[in-house]
Amino acid sequence: MNSRVILVNIFRWMVLLFVQIFLLRNMAFYNLSTPFIYVLFILVLPFHIPNFLLYLIAFITGLTLDSFYDTLGVHISACIALAFVRILFISVSLNREAIDEPEPSLGNMGFRWFSLYAVLCIFAHHIVLFFLEAFKFTSLTYTLGRTLLSVIFTLFTVLLVEFIFHNRKSA
Amino acid sequence: MRNLWIFLSRYNAFFFFIIFFTVGIILTIRNNVYQRSVTFSSTNEVVGTAYKRLNVVKRYLNLVQVNDSLAAENAALKTQLLAIASIDSTQITKVKDTINLQQYTLIAAKVFKNSVTLTNNIITINKGAKDGITKDMAVISPIKGIVGFVQNVSENFATIRPLLNQETAISVVLKKDNAFGSLVWGDDNFDYRKAYVKEIPNHYKVKVGDTIVTSGFGGFPKGIEVGKVTNTRVSTGDSFMTLEIALFNNFSTLQFVYVVKDKFAEEVKSLQPEVKNEQ
Repeated sequence: MNSRVILVNIFRWMVLLFVQIFLLRNMAFYNLSTPFIYVLFILVLPFHIPNFLLYLIAFITGLTLDSFYDTLGVHISACIALAFVRILFISVSLNREAIDEPEPSLGNMGFRWFSLYAVLCIFAHHIVLFFLEAFKFTSLTYTLGRTLLSVIFTLFTVLLVEFIFHNRKSA
Repeated sequence: MRNLWIFLSRYNAFFFFIIFFTVGIILTIRNNVYQRSVTFSSTNEVVGTAYKRLNVVKRYLNLVQVNDSLAAENAALKTQLLAIASIDSTQITKVKDTINLQQYTLIAAKVFKNSVTLTNNIITINKGAKDGITKDMAVISPIKGIVGFVQNVSENFATIRPLLNQETAISVVLKKDNAFGSLVWGDDNFDYRKAYVKEIPNHYKVKVGDTIVTSGFGGFPKGIEVGKVTNTRVSTGDSFMTLEIALFNNFSTLQFVYVVKDKFAEEVKSLQPEVKNEQ
């Protein structure tokens, strides 16, 4: 059981990062809206994962992304922020002892909970990412606009992927 | 102690977040050129203003030496002027366009902050982008000797990476026979009066007391006297000579510097591919 979870997550990590690096990296709408589908991997990590391990995985994921994007540190910080919001949101919205689902996916948690969870996490990730990239507060509206548009795009892709997998499982 | 441990483990998510996030930010600033330059120039602005206040007293105490050095420079300039005036102008027939030919302009700047004891020293001056200073301009000292290169520029201030920095390498020649070498400081030598000239081919005959001047490559005007050879037998084990030289200028009492504005710097740079080591 446990080794199956690890294998599934490793497989998911490879597929999502492959798609992100080789396909989505070249995709953007007028340089304003860029999808970062790889955050889905951190979103659907199992519930019972220790905090330290979660941060470590987020760090390594960010490091891998950074080496392909040539922006060492930017994605790392964004992923760490995402992990922090994930822990906060789960501890606020759910009773950690009474969780019987293995992981916070759309199929397990329902559309309302999952979409709110995804929006908050993705927003935290993107706001850190774009502000570190701009590194100043003078072009505030532009950076915020980029953040919001990218959140919408990323959320769309995340929900799309989750719907596809969800339907396959129940079928 | 036990309570502290409980407190830490209870809010471990937050503390892990702080640790990892700090690592992320440090990595970002250290490894990305743009983010680093923004950080440095904004901190520079703050630090520079603080040093400006402090420097008023220090400047007053050093007035005697500064006056002496200015008088010496005046004398040198007057000598040059006399030399020019003594040329018989009636004999020159060719008209020279001196306005367009003046390649170098000097911008005088005051030193705010200086250090000579670190392994990578940095100098801050009171002129910045507003006064026409840009990155990588050469900086020379008032009477004799060179200082370094402009590293970062903010609106009113600039930092200089002087010779007393491990990353600085300056192209120099032997005045006597134009043998090229590269002037560096550091390795095991942290004396601010000494530096090394590396990569001089072995077949040149160098004597103690020979003068080293700038080669004219990389921003410095040609022929600025840098120092005097004090030791020619520095063994390195490779096929080039390394010379130990005594610098003409004293970095520890540096009060004013001249930033050299090269009129053709942009044009030359656009022709050459990027060379990182030797500037």
